[in-house]
Amino acid sequence: MEPIEIAERLKEQFPFDVLDLASFRDQVQVTVKRDRIIDICNYVHKDPDISMDYLSDLCGIDYPGRRLRFEVVYNLYSLKYRHRIRIKALIPENDPSIDSVVLIWKGANWHEREACDMFGIIFNGHPDLRRILMPEDWEGYPLRKDYPLQGPDGSEYRKYEELKELHSRDDELGIK
Amino acid sequence: MGDTKDYLNSRLQNNSGLSTKKLTLSMGPQHPATHGVLRLVLELDGETVTKCTPYIGYLHRGVEKLSEHKNYLQIIPLTDRLDYVASMANNIGYCVAVEKLFGIEVPQRAQYIRTITGEMARILSHLLWLGTHALDIGAMTVFLYCFREREKLIDLFERLSGARLTVSFPRIGGVRNNADTKWLEDLYKFTDEFPMRVKQYETLINRNRIWLQRTKGIGVISAEEAVNWGLSGPTLRGSGVPYDIRKFMPYGVYDKVSWEVPTGMNGDVYDRYRVRMEEFLQSNAIIRQCIEKIPEGAIMADAPKFTLPPKDKVLSDMEHLIRQFVLITKGPQTAPEGELYVATETPKGELGFYIVSDGTGKPYRMRIRAPSFVHISALPKLCEGHLLADVIANIGSVDIVLGDCDR
Repeated sequence: MEPIEIAERLKEQFPFDVLDLASFRDQVQVTVKRDRIIDICNYVHKDPDISMDYLSDLCGIDYPGRRLRFEVVYNLYSLKYRHRIRIKALIPENDPSIDSVVLIWKGANWHEREACDMFGIIFNGHPDLRRILMPEDWEGYPLRKDYPLQGPDGSEYRKYEELKELHSRDDELGIK
Repeated sequence: MGDTKDYLNSRLQNNSGLSTKKLTLSMGPQHPATHGVLRLVLELDGETVTKCTPYIGYLHRGVEKLSEHKNYLQIIPLTDRLDYVASMANNIGYCVAVEKLFGIEVPQRAQYIRTITGEMARILSHLLWLGTHALDIGAMTVFLYCFREREKLIDLFERLSGARLTVSFPRIGGVRNNADTKWLEDLYKFTDEFPMRVKQYETLINRNRIWLQRTKGIGVISAEEAVNWGLSGPTLRGSGVPYDIRKFMPYGVYDKVSWEVPTGMNGDVYDRYRVRMEEFLQSNAIIRQCIEKIPEGAIMADAPKFTLPPKDKVLSDMEHLIRQFVLITKGPQTAPEGELYVATETPKGELGFYIVSDGTGKPYRMRIRAPSFVHISALPKLCEGHLLADVIANIGSVDIVLGDCDR
């Protein structure tokens, strides 16, 4: 099936949840609401003509200007038919949670843990949601756009005499 | 073995006053058999592992966050250090993704050079895998045999790109240096004698009873489970699924040379070992065919908005000087807005780059889907219920590199 046909089928099946269809360089993405994400993922996993049995990737993106600040992106692939599709679920900032798809694809387990670690998105129903790349007691969500590149104590190094010359043009160059 | 355990258990129950307890063992971040800084907390009941929890993140360098602050050309050395054993493969994956995003067509000679060096990186990675896997299981001679071959290939890389390990050789739109005839001849001579070397490694371990006992039937995962967990590369092909991105979604010149995808049957450690041994010979064949067929031509694409101009023009012509200046300091200014997920086949598995571009010279979000990350998450499934010594065999057969996993 062509990826655009899969997107059309998805829109037919879930007319109230699919918000947008877009295509770039023959890769198709479908933007959905987060409420029925488990039904949508079950549909693409089990439908015999679509059969997305391989979860390539699950990640989060931060768009700080929008009301629906976070996006969770599912990159899916079908080994049987060799077609790809991308599903994006929009998540608001004040309640950053979405259902976990770990029962559909077991590989989603650690990807969801990383999205929670880096962005603070909570996955309901995940068996073991704790920090994975950062230390367990870390505070803050590093991949958000408002988190400084050098970490919360990056500016602390400016107080050392030996490093003064190194950091002398930081404000001018916009280095945080 | 089962009746000994029952016998001992019955003896224990008869001897009142003796009891057993589960032991929690931290196979800590510094360990010679974990291939990097991986921590496994194992709960042991005697020698049997009842629970296995991996802890990662000791090598997390924030490559994804750094990429948001660097332009597309500056990210190439960052991707080198992902899977530092076969660094050319990561570079190629990144450059293929960015070129697809920008819509640049890479010239044929550059594609051939990339394919040749990509397969050299595959041989390098599998040589290291074989040496360390055999060393962990106990066959210690194989290690230095493999490093002898690695030295030859690394010398060739140094002649071509200037660096032994982290090469940063491709550029957006092509490759950095041209491969001259002498280099291609030396590589061809290497591929003449390499199959005999692979036979040497096989005579060391293939029919060794201890090797067979320690690898056959260990760490079995079925094909459906492996696909559901998201495994890829030789780890998935050992279970019988012939998923190879070089065949399913070809890039480079993989569709112009004839080669096959080795696939296992049982999904145990032994089958994954055989798959990688066959991949040595297939990579050898690909390199030979590419050297025979390589055309003359340019090594950099003709896309003035995205690629660096040749150095002699920069030093003599104003327009090229300005182009070089803008590309180096600000990055490609006319990048299209959009997002793409492109996957390539590295020696470890499927390395995916999901790049979101917002039209400036720096990516808005660069997500790296690392194969070792997914493979370590499947380790508890392979290890639980089996012996402690099998944990070592499993880690080796899954072929992880922590730089890839932690990014």
